Amino acid sequence: MHLYANPKRFLSIANWLTPILLVGGLLVTGAALLWGFTQSPPDRLMGDTVKILYIHVPAAWLGMGGWTAIAIASLVELVWRHPLATIAARAAAVPGAVFAFICLATGSIWGRPTWGTWWVWDGRLTSMLVLFFLYLGYIALSSSLAREGQSSRIAAIFGIVGAINVPIINRSVVWWNSLHQPASITTGGSSIDGTYLWPLLFAVLGFSFLFGGIVLMRMRTILADIQAEARLRRKAQAGTMTGEEAFQ
Amino acid sequence: MTQETSGGIKPKHQRLVLILLAVGALIGASLLAMVALQDQASYFYVPEDIEANPPEPGQAIRLGGMVETGSIQTAADGVTTEFVVHDGIARVPVTYTGILPDLFVENSGVVADGRMDANGVFVADQLLAKHDENYTPRELEEMTAEQMRAELQESVE
Repeated sequence: MHLYANPKRFLSIANWLTPILLVGGLLVTGAALLWGFTQSPPDRLMGDTVKILYIHVPAAWLGMGGWTAIAIASLVELVWRHPLATIAARAAAVPGAVFAFICLATGSIWGRPTWGTWWVWDGRLTSMLVLFFLYLGYIALSSSLAREGQSSRIAAIFGIVGAINVPIINRSVVWWNSLHQPASITTGGSSIDGTYLWPLLFAVLGFSFLFGGIVLMRMRTILADIQAEARLRRKAQAGTMTGEEAFQ
Repeated sequence: MTQETSGGIKPKHQRLVLILLAVGALIGASLLAMVALQDQASYFYVPEDIEANPPEPGQAIRLGGMVETGSIQTAADGVTTEFVVHDGIARVPVTYTGILPDLFVENSGVVADGRMDANGVFVADQLLAKHDENYTPRELEEMTAEQMRAELQESVE
């Protein structure tokens, strides 16, 4: 567990893993979307609108996966006081929020021609919107705590408590009658035809790589920020610089 | 709490137990809330609910279910559609005046906003088409049910 607690050791891995994930993610996502958009036939009812699936589903899964990552990192932070866990949770929040937003936006665009409405307040849509707001709250809270130099424990507790929404999103279409359709891909199989399923799974893979790459990139940025601030503080304390110079 | 009071348990284990207890309590509370919300948080009622617990005429509700095969009829004025929504257990006749959504076809899901009238007919103000969890290309539509199942089965494996 503490093998990667040392930021140097983390960076020595993150430095080469980040470009691999980002470039690999772009290639796989691009190929999957190109494949899906050009090769899969129109759906029997929805026509070409079905193809928004290739963005909507990965975005929804990663939006939920992002918060799951925040919750796990928060638990590690609270229990084991792992220094990188705090940074990982902060790094996952922004891409998670972006994917949650993409999920809501593409769902709305799909809903207008398919259902006949941009938005309804059913269980699935509402709980997903709540997830997006939780992300915004988490980002505001964790960044203000970091700026004030305070302990991130409150943000970690918020991350764990907020995770209760993730299984609610997942089960919302089972517990309540909803306009949103139930899950097509379950552990028991898939009710999505193969011509849509394969590009979809590759799109999920590609977007996941991108997500991982962005998280690593943001973790490196946050680490660099912390180091730069610490260095400035040391210099200011040593009195070798005037206050004005320290900000240059 | 210190290590002495907990009989030599490491602080990190103490924190882990504490957090797991808190998360357990949280999950319990949420499950209770979700069960309590069961009726209120549903987006629509199915015909079975309406039969078991008939709403007051004029009370705004949403009705959801499948459009019964062969039940769609267009009235003489050309814009009013009458059809039957069923859920395999009960059926409710519906009347709607307006433009139908593209996905409104026989034997597909529909959600209607409206109210029951005194004769037990549901008067809809708005119709939403409900899409099911199946995604099938157009060519498959012309197959028989068996062929389609075989094709879907193949794609699952």
